[in-house]
Amino acid sequence: MRLSTIKYYFREALQSVIRNSWLSVASVGVVAVSLLILGSSLLLVLNANSIAANLESSVEITVFLKDKINSDQIQALENKIKAQPEVTEVKFVSKAQALEEMKKNFGDKQDILTGLEEKNPLPDALRIKTSVVEQVEPLAHQLESFAQVDQVRYGQGVVEKLLALSKWVRTAGLVTMVLLGVAAVFLIATTIRLSVSARRKEIGIMKMLGATNWFVRFPFLLEGMFLGLTGSLLAVIAVYFGYLSLIGRIEISLPFIQLVSDRNVLVPLVEALLGLGLGIGMAGSMISLRKFLNA
Amino acid sequence: MIQLYNVTKTYDNGVKALSDVTLRIQKGEFVFLVGPSGAGKSTLTKLLYREELPSRGQIVLDGKSLLRMRPGEVPYLRRKIGMIFQDFRLLPQKTVFENVAFALEVIGASRRDIKKSVPTVLSMVGLAAKASVFPNHLSGGEQQRVSIARALVNNPFLIIADEPTGNLDPETSWDLMNLLVDINLRGTTIIMATHAWDIVDALKKRVIELTGGKLVRDEKVGAYRCEA
Repeated sequence: MRLSTIKYYFREALQSVIRNSWLSVASVGVVAVSLLILGSSLLLVLNANSIAANLESSVEITVFLKDKINSDQIQALENKIKAQPEVTEVKFVSKAQALEEMKKNFGDKQDILTGLEEKNPLPDALRIKTSVVEQVEPLAHQLESFAQVDQVRYGQGVVEKLLALSKWVRTAGLVTMVLLGVAAVFLIATTIRLSVSARRKEIGIMKMLGATNWFVRFPFLLEGMFLGLTGSLLAVIAVYFGYLSLIGRIEISLPFIQLVSDRNVLVPLVEALLGLGLGIGMAGSMISLRKFLNA
Repeated sequence: MIQLYNVTKTYDNGVKALSDVTLRIQKGEFVFLVGPSGAGKSTLTKLLYREELPSRGQIVLDGKSLLRMRPGEVPYLRRKIGMIFQDFRLLPQKTVFENVAFALEVIGASRRDIKKSVPTVLSMVGLAAKASVFPNHLSGGEQQRVSIARALVNNPFLIIADEPTGNLDPETSWDLMNLLVDINLRGTTIIMATHAWDIVDALKKRVIELTGGKLVRDEKVGAYRCEA
C-alpha cells in the first residue's frame, strides 16, 4: 500500500470523527465506561483470588481441649495427631501462653485482661498445620470426634466466602461489561452509519471511478477502530491511576493486605483492554459497512 | 468490443426498462443513444458499467462477460471506462485539480503519477489555468470539462456520457461536443445518450434509437429523427 493512500485513509477517518464530534464523544465514552467496569472487576477478581490463596496457605486448625485432661493425655493426643500423614506440624499452646498472646494482640489496652491470670477462662489448645489446603476440612471433622477435644476451629468459610465473592464479582462484571459492550458496538455502528450517509455522494463517485470496496470501506473501519481505541485508552488510564493510588492508600492503612502489582499480570490486562476496545470499534464499523456499503 | 445479446432488464418493481436488445459497437466508434425519456437509455448505460445486471441476455465488454464477472473485478472494469453525467458529479470541497486527482487516488496511484497526469488532461480540456479553483466558482461548461478531464485521466477505452449537455447552453454544448469528438479521434470509443437533436443531426454519427425499451433504429450515419 502506498504512503499517500495510507495518508488518505487517516485524513478521511479523522475528518469523519470531527464531523460527527458529538456522537464520536458518546461512542468513546461508552467504550471507556464499559472497559473501565471490566478492568476494575478484573482487578477485584485478581486480588480476591490472590488474597484467598494467601489465606488458604496460612489456614491452620486450632483444637481446643476439654478442661479436665492431664498432660499425659495431651501428649498422647499430640502423638496420635502427628501420626496422620497430612499433618506437618503440631504445636501445644497452654492456657497461660494463650493469655499472653491475647494480651499482645490487645496492645496498650491489655489492662482489660488483668486479673484473668487468677481464673484463666481460655482452654488449652493444639495448633495443627497440614501440607495441603484441601485436607484442612476433612481433618478438622476427624479431630472433632476425639474424646479429649472440645471444639475445633479452622478458617471455616473465610476462604469459601472470598472465592464466592470473586466469582460473583466476575459474573456481575462480565454481564455488565457484555451489556455495555454491546451498547458500545451499536453506538459506534450508528456513528459510522452517519459518516457513511454524510459521504453518500462521495462514495458514489468513488465507485464510479473504480475504487475497490475495501478502499471505500477502510476509512470508516479506521474511524471505528479509532473510536474504540480512544475509549479503551481512557479506560486504561483511569484504571491504571485509580489502581496505583489504591495500592498507595492500602499500603498505609491496611498493610497486611497485599494487592497484586505483578507486571506479568497487569501488562496483559492492559493489553486485553486495549485489544477489546479495538475489537468493539471494528465490530461496530463492520456492522454498518455490511449494511450500508454492500456491492 | 461491446456486444449485447438479447438483453432484457426488468427492475425489481416490475418495470421493464429494456427488452431483447442486441447490438455491437466497434472500437473507436462514436454512438448516439436517442429516444424519449424512459426509453431505456440510462438503463443501457448502467448495464455497460455494471451498475445494473441484465435480467436476461449477455453483455460482453472488452472480451469479458459482465454477467460472469465477480464483484471484485467490477472496480477494475470501471477504471477502464470514463463516465460523464448531466449533473457533473464533482466534489464541491475539492479543487479542480483535486477532483481530477481523485480518480487516480482512489485507484492507488502514486503522487508522482498524479502530478504528471492531471495537468496534462487539464490542458487537454482547456482548464490548466483553473486548477486551483473550486467547482462552485466555475460555469456549467467548465464543470463538465472538469468531469471529462476526470474521465480521461485513467486513459479509458470507452467513455459513457449520459446527457452531458443536458445542463448547458447551446454554445457551451458545442464546445463540449468538439472536445468529445477530439477525444474520439484519438481512438476512445464514445457512447452518448442525449436529447440534443441539433448535435446529433449535425455530427452525422451512428445513431441507436430506443423506444419503450426496444431497439427501433440503428443507423451508421443517422439523424435524431428517423427520415422516413
